[in-house]
Amino acid sequence: MSQDLVLFLQLVVSGVAIGGIYALVALGFVLIYKSTDVLNMAQGEILMIGAYVSYSLIVDYSIPFLPALLLTLGFSVLLGLAVERAALRPLIGQPIISVIMVTIGLSIFLRAVVIAIWGTQYQRYPSPIQDTVVNIGPIPIAEVYVWSLVISLLLVGALSVGFRFTRVGIAMRAVADDQQAALSVGISVRRVFAMAWIISAVVSAMGGILLANIQGVGIGLSAIGLKALPVSIVGGLDSIPGAIIGGVVIGILENLSAGYLDSPLGGGVREVAPYVFLVIILLIKPYGLFGKERIERV
Amino acid sequence: MSSAVAEGHKSKVKSQKPRIFDFRLWTLHFLRPRIACGVYHTSYAEDMALRTTPSSRLRLTVIVLAAVLFPFVASDYAVGEANRLGIAIIGAIGLNILVGFTGQISIAQGAFMAIGGYTTAIMTVTLGLPFWLSLPTAGLMTALIGAAFGTPSLRLKGLYLLIATLAAQVIVEWLILHMVWLTKGSSGIYGIKPPALGPLVFADRREFYFLTLAFVGLSVLFAANLFRTRIGRAFVAIRDHDIAASVIGVDLFRYKLLAFAVSSFYVGIAGALQAHDRLIVSPEYFNIGVSIEYLGMIIIGGLGTINGAIFGAAFIRLLPAALSILTAAIGLPNMNVGVLQQAVFGLAIVGFLVLEPHGLAKIWRDVKDYFRLWPFSY
Repeated sequence: MSQDLVLFLQLVVSGVAIGGIYALVALGFVLIYKSTDVLNMAQGEILMIGAYVSYSLIVDYSIPFLPALLLTLGFSVLLGLAVERAALRPLIGQPIISVIMVTIGLSIFLRAVVIAIWGTQYQRYPSPIQDTVVNIGPIPIAEVYVWSLVISLLLVGALSVGFRFTRVGIAMRAVADDQQAALSVGISVRRVFAMAWIISAVVSAMGGILLANIQGVGIGLSAIGLKALPVSIVGGLDSIPGAIIGGVVIGILENLSAGYLDSPLGGGVREVAPYVFLVIILLIKPYGLFGKERIERV
Repeated sequence: MSSAVAEGHKSKVKSQKPRIFDFRLWTLHFLRPRIACGVYHTSYAEDMALRTTPSSRLRLTVIVLAAVLFPFVASDYAVGEANRLGIAIIGAIGLNILVGFTGQISIAQGAFMAIGGYTTAIMTVTLGLPFWLSLPTAGLMTALIGAAFGTPSLRLKGLYLLIATLAAQVIVEWLILHMVWLTKGSSGIYGIKPPALGPLVFADRREFYFLTLAFVGLSVLFAANLFRTRIGRAFVAIRDHDIAASVIGVDLFRYKLLAFAVSSFYVGIAGALQAHDRLIVSPEYFNIGVSIEYLGMIIIGGLGTINGAIFGAAFIRLLPAALSILTAAIGLPNMNVGVLQQAVFGLAIVGFLVLEPHGLAKIWRDVKDYFRLWPFSY
């Protein structure tokens, strides 16, 4: 194989790998938006708290990884419930700006809490995943990325099945479709909202732990929230498969643009390319690639 | 009148005797609100005035007098803070025109302020042009670019528009960092001169204060009048329901772009004034945190009100000082004030949205209403 082709493939494969993590985080956005019409700008912070809690459990309380993971997920359930109950439920029916701003306020508050408890220093995560490198053909790739891709695919599969076949999943889809109609057939909209926040917080915590394996535990973890936002928008905010496709597309796009455009444009293209792509997509398809179009009536 | 009421009562309720001197009625009569509920306008000019009651005119006079006299009594530090507050008020009114009055959510405030600040910095430092030219150019430039970034608003609404403006913020920040030949990259442009209008030089804080005050006054006056015109009414109609507005003949494309342009003009002026206040522009003054801070101001102050923008800007700008005084008073010297400030800021946003969604402006109105009928509020 020629040198150029290897470089290209390497960029694509590592893009897909990063895309797996983006997809996982974007899934958190989609889960909440789909059933409650809320864009949770505090997703990155909830993810970061998940990572920090598991880190604390493992390092400070020396609990082995698997029980610590379970405890973290349990904690995320409580966190999701608390956030929904305290901040989001009083705002049902309020204009969209209020709902977004409340999640922004939450994100600022949660970040301050994290700094107050754990400080701003980056810590190495006591990773259960080895630092080994897997070779796919001629292309080397770190094992962590493979894990994250596998886990996000599994989660997407599980969630898709859950939405289609379980009682809770069907109730969530019904609420997403029409809250009044769902209420009239006896679905508890409140419970569905709480459920959405719980699932999203749990998914985010898993994303946080995976991400902490890659880049360590630090306040910068929350930035992934802003990076995964274009992913969920490009895929369509209410589409679960859209999240994973968007994640992979954005991951590849970031890598290719960084690989080929960084030197002519002076670096940092990785940061801005997803947003340029996002604007173009939004102008062509205002509801993202797989989002459901909404018809407005007066 | 009181006796007639008493007569009417007498015929129905026999146990109650008619009273010639009803103490409570007389008290009511003496304490009757003479200021707020007996204002009769006898000319169109009076009816159209911005301040229609004597008490509100009195309040305004007191506020203006206090603002003019403030720099003669306050410390240097306080005057400097007041300058930053004035700049924040201009920016917050601008953002409120777009978000609160027209209903178009924007998180690109920092980027628009950057365009204003960098325009004036480049014009005065790199090109050596005077302030009186660079300031309006900064406003117009920001209005133009703001309108350009506002074009997606015709197709996008709510969340998706928010994300498009987030993209604007990220793209502008990136351009500032990477167009080094124009913006000097991450080191920023320093050595900006204090503003001068002919022989008038606003060199120190007290002099700059009067410049800021003049611009705050103009901004408030223009915004207050804007929403009494056809254009302002069209903005509000778009906020309330854009499809309904277009049905009654509001040209959505034109007015949405106009809202972006007017709002961005304000924000550009605020950014330019900030550049001349700090004498430096660099990317970290215009990051997404700034956008969120301004959104916080108009949420806490009250969406869609002008005094809300002022209250909110004051709340956010005075918060750090208030907190450091408070922590010192309680005796927590080793408390990290920055973190505490962030926590309080976040909690304040959540708290206001949950408990008082109409913000400080609503609280102020409630207080006024309470005292209007005090002490008989029923």
